[in-house]
Amino acid sequence: MVALPYLWLLLFFVVPFVIVLKISFSDVDLAIPPYKPLLEWVGKNSLAIHLNFNNYAFLFTDSLYVDALLNSIKVAFISTIFCLLIGYPMAYGIARSETRTRNLLLLLVILPFWTSLLLRVYAWIGLLKANGVINNILIWLGLIHEPLTLLYTPFAMYIGIVYSYLPFMILPLYANLEKMDWQLLEAAEDLGCRPYQAFYKITLPLSRNGMLAGSMLVFIPAVGEFVIPALLGGPNALMIGRVLWDEFFSNRAWPVASAVAILLLVILVPFMMWYQSVQARESAGAR
Amino acid sequence: MNYRRSYFIVTCLAFGFAFLYIPILSMIVFSFNASRLVTVWDAANSPTLKWYVSLLHNEEILDAAWISLKVAVINASGSVILGTLAGFGLARFTQFRGRFTFNAMTTAPLVMPEVITGLSLLLLFVALEQAIGWPAGRGITTMTIGHMTFSMAYVTVVVQSRLASFDSALEEAAMDLGARPLKVFFVITLPIIFPAILSGWLLAFTLSWDDLVISSFTSGPGSSTLPMVVFSKVRLGVSPEINVLATLTISVVTVMIIGVSWWVSRTGRSENSSA
Repeated sequence: MVALPYLWLLLFFVVPFVIVLKISFSDVDLAIPPYKPLLEWVGKNSLAIHLNFNNYAFLFTDSLYVDALLNSIKVAFISTIFCLLIGYPMAYGIARSETRTRNLLLLLVILPFWTSLLLRVYAWIGLLKANGVINNILIWLGLIHEPLTLLYTPFAMYIGIVYSYLPFMILPLYANLEKMDWQLLEAAEDLGCRPYQAFYKITLPLSRNGMLAGSMLVFIPAVGEFVIPALLGGPNALMIGRVLWDEFFSNRAWPVASAVAILLLVILVPFMMWYQSVQARESAGAR
Repeated sequence: MNYRRSYFIVTCLAFGFAFLYIPILSMIVFSFNASRLVTVWDAANSPTLKWYVSLLHNEEILDAAWISLKVAVINASGSVILGTLAGFGLARFTQFRGRFTFNAMTTAPLVMPEVITGLSLLLLFVALEQAIGWPAGRGITTMTIGHMTFSMAYVTVVVQSRLASFDSALEEAAMDLGARPLKVFFVITLPIIFPAILSGWLLAFTLSWDDLVISSFTSGPGSSTLPMVVFSKVRLGVSPEINVLATLTISVVTVMIIGVSWWVSRTGRSENSSA
């Protein structure tokens, strides 16, 4: 029964990575497709392998790539922290409301999640641009006289990422907090704990898996994010997903783009495995 | 539940939801604005429906929407079949060879950055075309395959969690009474997981309908999807027609979500009362 999806994923998810790995070792060529074959028949019986590490060497000689990678990790990390800070109290509030309110609030979290990411990011252009909503309101209030430069800044990019990924933080956190036994808190308070102490000693450690799952769901895709930096970040927003995109579409440097993808993957795979083990623990705990 | 409502939590909820909804509401409001500047309210001529009319006459957007619709429907149907099989396998067969790999393959697409998935799929299609001549060029087929690969992962999760929450004793009882496994699947399992399959279909449809990155990598000339057209327009700045498109999208999604959650809660209740 699982054979069909298994084969599908092998062919369209695993094999492609092998090909990316292969192409990351080939030379750029002015042909279609724009790379040279890795294996070549030389004469009749000998196969020549052109293994080429130049693409990787190139990634480390031009500071652009390393800078972009480090910056992406930094941006993703800070955005994850903000999602956690905003998302945790929200998930907590939803989990502790009455059933009727809870369903409505959950619906309100899920709704943006189902609405196009592209359109929601676009909405921020309208809010942040020079004659946009925020500047117009601030000028109307008399707080500023010249419009602030908000769009095409790192600030705009952070807002966009936190905004877009917030539901991915709230939903796993909510799923985790919802299972919590709130009587534990009452017991702690009966025994003389102050509410914040009870929260710190009971709620927070018990929701660890939810926090980890939510953070992974934000952090991992955010590192490779393309759309948000491209629309809100301006030309200087150095993010690795964007570098990969430009190498591929603008420079037609497929081998370099492949090497970038492999490098990014090597960094993200440990996090993905971590995520999977958190998920496994979470579902084992549910049983 | 006796729980003292904390002002701190209520404030956080209020600000959080304001943060989530102000951008969406502003798009809706400005879709009725007459001014081409979009965010500068033209009080004299607004509200107006003129951008709605102009969107309905925009051939480029309509053509792209038609392509997106075709890809999304095929994708959703295919993903539901693959994802249901995968979710069923993971929930019911706790031990089989390669389960670990299989589990990893179904969770990885959920978090994998899209640029990586997109690039790797394109390179696969190019390599396949060179080796066996299929797929000849790229377009709707290759895009649909790409979308199915990540959408099925979402369907798998939804189906798997639904199956985990219901007792497999029902299936075992049917088998004890002599039903064959295939019959059990169609008569017992399928009706029970139907709400999950339905929401999986809608989720897969939406994922495909919204996807920009994987489509851009796997599409060919003449097969631009709606997000690809929107992206190229939005890169140049705001456009009143995009606000209209956003408003229409949000309206459809809202109606759909409310409808489905109402239906699911109703069937859930009747299941409970009959039990």
